[in-house]
Amino acid sequence: MGQAQRRPDARPVVSMVNVRKSFGDVAVLKGVTLEVRPGETVAVIGPSGGGKSTLLRCATLLERLDAGSLAYGDLEVARDEGGRAVYGSAAVERAAKARFGLVFQNYNLFPHYTVMKNITDAPRCVQKRPRAEVEAQARELIAKMGLEGCEDKVPCQLSGGQQQRVSIARALAMNPKVMYFDEPTSALDPELTAEVLKVIKLLAAENMTMVVVTHEMSFAREVADRVVFMDGGVVVEQGPAAQVIDHPREARTQAFLHRIGE
Amino acid sequence: MVGMLGEGFLVSLQIFALTLVGAIPLGVPVALARMSTWGISLGRFRLRPVALIARFYISVMRGTPLMLQMFAIYFAPYYVFGIQLTADSKWQATIVAFIVNYAAYFAEIYRSGIQSIPRGQYEAAEVLGYSRLQTFGKIVLPQVVKRILPAMGNEIITLVKDTSLAFAIGVAEMFSTAKALVASQVSMVPFALAAAFYWVFNFAVEIVLGRVEKHLDYYHD
Repeated sequence: MGQAQRRPDARPVVSMVNVRKSFGDVAVLKGVTLEVRPGETVAVIGPSGGGKSTLLRCATLLERLDAGSLAYGDLEVARDEGGRAVYGSAAVERAAKARFGLVFQNYNLFPHYTVMKNITDAPRCVQKRPRAEVEAQARELIAKMGLEGCEDKVPCQLSGGQQQRVSIARALAMNPKVMYFDEPTSALDPELTAEVLKVIKLLAAENMTMVVVTHEMSFAREVADRVVFMDGGVVVEQGPAAQVIDHPREARTQAFLHRIGE
Repeated sequence: MVGMLGEGFLVSLQIFALTLVGAIPLGVPVALARMSTWGISLGRFRLRPVALIARFYISVMRGTPLMLQMFAIYFAPYYVFGIQLTADSKWQATIVAFIVNYAAYFAEIYRSGIQSIPRGQYEAAEVLGYSRLQTFGKIVLPQVVKRILPAMGNEIITLVKDTSLAFAIGVAEMFSTAKALVASQVSMVPFALAAAFYWVFNFAVEIVLGRVEKHLDYYHD
């Protein structure tokens, strides 16, 4: 999916080069490079503790790189200066935050806001967009996520699958250039997982640029243009899903896929 | 007799209301100071002067009797600065003591509430581009209010009864009035009536708090 309109020569939407990150003495990312082109869906797989989530947290500015560079299109967020990552101004970071959306494993919806307010508040208060326009877009997103009738409900009245779809709508309402998903279905049972994966597939079909950290191999195989296998803080192997998942070349990839029964 | 107690009650009510008006907002900067991470690293040890001062303030306010704090604040201007005390000094000292004392308790309640908000809420707000002020005002504070309401209710009810401590410094609130009436009428009835006043008022406080809780009951997390 997404193959038709992918432009391999286009400037990457996001570009992380030779990224390093340690927590205390523990090196979590040991020189990871990930570039995502417009319309591409990248699935990041690998064992827990392999650095997948940390990579997304660095890409979304929740964590700072120790070394390496991070850019969103023409916007240079962090550049490497002699082995140290140097970040730009607060204005650059604000501009960068407008270019991506993040969907968390445990949704992190605002519990005191209705579904509508969860989706519209940031576009209104952060992006200062007009109410009518934001609400019209929110209604479209609510319909697209299959959440009609939930507008005035609060998150605790929704199932986990519905909450996760609200959080996807909340991220999309900011009109990001790239969407990150951090194990979006890990907190859900199989039935609710299917609901959420369905809307992610829908976005892939619309050529939304996405990076999905996931344990759902069949989903990765079906949706991802490229699968990245991470382990021990490095990208061990990457390529088309059919290659990485079905015919892995690296021993570590083979061992991981064997362990999880693929 | 009821009329005199009623007058005293109005004074108690003023102490109560002024303390809340002063201490509820004052607790916020105290709580934020207590949680401040600003400081300097000295080897492995990190010195956080702002947090340290706030901690000391809270410790003294909670660790010494409110009655002594009233006296300290009443006499300090005279003994430390040589300022002559006036007729209003007792009243002013009482209000100031109540506010600074209760702000310490409120600050700790605020802190417990703020620290109970999951990190994910801050992270979601950060990724969506909310400023720190927006995150606090729109996302964190409303949830904190709901979480701390029961603890605040405890303190507010305690405050109603604590207003009787102003008796010690000679402010003519309800308890002082009741004690004077007991002496002059050689009867315990004024005390019983005063107790009834406190209880009825606290009952009203409970109803108001219950309404606020119900109002915030539309969600849970």
